[in-house]
Amino acid sequence: MILKGRKVAILGDRDGVPGPAIEECVKSAGAEVVFSTTECFV
Amino acid sequence: MDMENQRRIKEAADKYGQDELIIVLGGAEAEASGLAAETVSNGDPTFAGPLAGVQLGLKAYHIMEPDVKAEVDPAVYEEQVSLMEMVMDADAIAAEVKSIREQFTS
Repeated sequence: MILKGRKVAILGDRDGVPGPAIEECVKSAGAEVVFSTTECFV
Repeated sequence: MDMENQRRIKEAADKYGQDELIIVLGGAEAEASGLAAETVSNGDPTFAGPLAGVQLGLKAYHIMEPDVKAEVDPAVYEEQVSLMEMVMDADAIAAEVKSIREQFTS
């Protein structure tokens, strides 16, 4: 398992998948979010 | 990667260690996603930020990698990610991030 029981730091992308969307995903898999942001890579 | 985010990632790595902490990316294209994956594992390749020369050895995955997607509640994935998956080159992004991960982490 990659996510379950792990601490996760999220680097979302404004033009891709933003941080809050990834947060919902990893929480549903049993991970704990310790840091989340949404970057603009441009 | 943003300087402030490099600092925050370093803090989290110091606190939790490379076995417990992983990075999940949402980058829109392969090159930028690969660059972020390299920064958190082998250090900032542009030598601009707090992770310049700092090899944290963290494993980074993209949210669209099949092994990651498989662990997410399908209804949540559908609602949060599937729309972007249709317009992004998920296969190329997943291949790039996996390649960087295998190159720089054990």
